[in-house]
Amino acid sequence: MNENRSDQASRIWKRPPLIERKWLRWTLILGGGFYLIVALATMEVNWGRVAAGMPRAERFLLSFFPPDFASRYEDIYIGIIESLWMTIVSTVLGILISIPVGLGAARNLAPKAIYLFCRGILSVSRTFPEIIIALFAVKIIGFGPLAGIIALSLGTIGFYGKLLAEDIEDMDPVQAEAVKATGASWFQWINYAVQPQVMPRMIGLGMYRLDINFRESAVVGIVGGGGIGATLLTSFDRYEYDSAAAILLVIILIVMLVEYSSGFTRKWVQ
Amino acid sequence: MLRLQQLTKRYKTGDLALSNIDLDIPNGQVLALIGPSGAGKSTLIRCINRLVEPTSGNVSLNDLELTTLSTKNLRKARRRIGMIFQEYALVERLSVMENVLSGRLGYVGFMRSYFRKFPQTDIDEAFRLLERVGLDHMADKRADALSGGQRQRVGICRALIQNPELILVDEPTASLDPKTSRQIMRLIGELCKERNLSAIINIHDVLLAQMFSERIVGLQLGEIVYDGPPDGLSPDVLTQIYGEEDWEATIETADIDDEDEEDLLSEDGIAVTAS
Repeated sequence: MNENRSDQASRIWKRPPLIERKWLRWTLILGGGFYLIVALATMEVNWGRVAAGMPRAERFLLSFFPPDFASRYEDIYIGIIESLWMTIVSTVLGILISIPVGLGAARNLAPKAIYLFCRGILSVSRTFPEIIIALFAVKIIGFGPLAGIIALSLGTIGFYGKLLAEDIEDMDPVQAEAVKATGASWFQWINYAVQPQVMPRMIGLGMYRLDINFRESAVVGIVGGGGIGATLLTSFDRYEYDSAAAILLVIILIVMLVEYSSGFTRKWVQ
Repeated sequence: MLRLQQLTKRYKTGDLALSNIDLDIPNGQVLALIGPSGAGKSTLIRCINRLVEPTSGNVSLNDLELTTLSTKNLRKARRRIGMIFQEYALVERLSVMENVLSGRLGYVGFMRSYFRKFPQTDIDEAFRLLERVGLDHMADKRADALSGGQRQRVGICRALIQNPELILVDEPTASLDPKTSRQIMRLIGELCKERNLSAIINIHDVLLAQMFSERIVGLQLGEIVYDGPPDGLSPDVLTQIYGEEDWEATIETADIDDEDEEDLLSEDGIAVTAS
């Protein structure tokens, strides 16, 4: 092959650059580099304080060991059970509410007005992190797990509703069309054409959200939303770092358990 | 009798997909709709059951005007029109049986369908149809576990369990091998004959169209340019429908070759013709 074409001049090929205009490309590269140097130069680091903090950090971290499960056993047990309970209630509640919202927020299902309304709900609930909602909920209904449940449920709606809507928008339209053509009603159509297509992913995401809600339950507890977070905060306040370490280990263990079981579930539903 | 009058469809983009189509299809007639991609074949059959809303014109099925029906009455009318799709369009994660029974959705209430409690007569009919196409042993398999030809036969069962007066068939063989294509086309033809169904079959393959239909309509740029018997497709006519090309070879092989008995068997070795 090559011999036949040796009389022809080789044509150069290079991948076209991402930014076509040369001056713009170089302005962005040089400008970016310049900004990085200037930004690093203006950062104030008091190396003296860092040095002084080192031994403190060492003492602090060492006081976590050995973790002490025994002396606050009762508190840890109650806190964990409360957190698990908050997690399950808020995940189930949040998912139940996010199903109608998610259906309404899918462009290929809902008319424009409903679509905009449901997308509005989703973006509002996604604007505020769970901890901010928890702060509000604690102010409104007082300390305790109910405030935490409200915060976690609202967070779940934003998360699950958005992903459900997007999964529905990505479904195979032909399967949906085929069921519609049989004369199925809207609800039958959702049940036969849409649900089977999105179900496996939604089960996987439900498990993932369970995991998130458990971790978040520790966070909302710190601002008064109940659960293991409250126990954790108390042990910090009492300088019982060995108990705090025990709590953190339990949290890690439970997150790992949820992680493994969600992997297993996802394989099972494919 | 299906009657299209002055049927026109203009998409929002401004493309004129169908322009003043007039077409009468008597009961029991199997009609093949041929034409190049983008000629409006898909749009035409979708305008009949209003998966695509026609811009103007009328469609009536046995004297029922379809274009003006309310949503609720349209659902009722759709039960009388079965549809078979190009990529089978089975709901892949449902079982074969659920896919077939989904053809009865227009006849049962939501709760019954939700709990899969279909009337026994529907279930009997589903098994009868699956048996007819040689798939009754696959009833509880998931649809995505089937081969292309098997899936299309399930698609045919789904359309027929509606007990339709008309079936709309959109490129039934586009993703099948040549042998399976023939089997599927033959099956559709036989079933239409058994039930005195009329059918509109969109099909790319001119040869298959000639072999398995009694009437051919050629569509080009949204207009009917040929309407006649299969053997009327001369090179001139094909040029008119598709454009300049050497058509001689296509027409020469169009004589229906009698296939041997083995060919009448489905890929599982089950007779699909005997009934």
